[in-house]
Amino acid sequence: MGPARPNRRHRPPADGPCHYAAMAASQPHPLVRLETLALIAVGGFAGANLRYFAMGLLSDVQSVLLVNVIGSFALGFLVYESQYTGLVARKSRVVFTTGFLSSLTTYSTFAIQSALASAPLLLVAIVLGNYGLGFTGVLAGRELARRLGDPAAATTGGETA
Amino acid sequence: MSATAAASLAELWTAIGGPFALVSVPDVSIAAVTFDPEPAHVVGTGGAIGAVLRYGVYQRLSSDRFPWPTLLVNVVGSFAFALAMFAGATESVLQLLGTGLCGAFTTFSSFSVETVQSYERGDRLLAVGNAGANLGLALAGIGLAWIVVALGPV
Repeated sequence: MGPARPNRRHRPPADGPCHYAAMAASQPHPLVRLETLALIAVGGFAGANLRYFAMGLLSDVQSVLLVNVIGSFALGFLVYESQYTGLVARKSRVVFTTGFLSSLTTYSTFAIQSALASAPLLLVAIVLGNYGLGFTGVLAGRELARRLGDPAAATTGGETA
Repeated sequence: MSATAAASLAELWTAIGGPFALVSVPDVSIAAVTFDPEPAHVVGTGGAIGAVLRYGVYQRLSSDRFPWPTLLVNVVGSFAFALAMFAGATESVLQLLGTGLCGAFTTFSSFSVETVQSYERGDRLLAVGNAGANLGLALAGIGLAWIVVALGPV
């Protein structure tokens, strides 16, 4: 419903030295920042490669549509999951969504496919396919997160976020 | 006996390049430099760079009212990919800069989640505007890239 609870997982350890607590509250340690960057890079490597692998299996238009829909579904699930249940730790979520999912999905190839579409009907199909199925994927991911978070919601239903 | 051994040694010497064996060493090293790496490594390397760059953009720009970072990376990435393509980049350069870097720098998942979120928040005009602005400006960027290549000295 509301925005994600801030800083719930960011409490410094109670037995840690005081300066560490002060540092963690103001800004993350440089090594922590470096670790985040490295994990995002690894996620980007894997995400881009998986997209490239899909392009080898299917046609370019089909594969971009597929990765965009799957990525939108997964991100929709994780974003709403953080609001409903919060099973996944915040940092893991940032690394996985920013690194992997956002690199798996792509806008530039989609836009270029639209711009270079050989027929007007193909242009409409590409745009409507990616937009329509992508948004549907987000809603489906949210529905899954809601059912996992509160099994009763599946039967009572109705409530919109 | 020793004559045949010397002859076969001479044959071996010429077979491996004779006195030019040393000269051919630079050729081998040049071949190693121009050796094409696996396309997956090229795409993955570009993807890692693109993801870190996108993270940098999101760290600097963030807004509660409008998802500017996503709009920015999508338009800039589409422009850059189109520029490399229209400029006639080779296959492996397109894999590195296009499919890898620009493909990972731009994102569809964040775009669709942000659009659905603003629509459900009640900002329906903002959601439709965001969906239209991403597509319209990305296509405009691709058109601009085409004009730059057509008019420029490239």
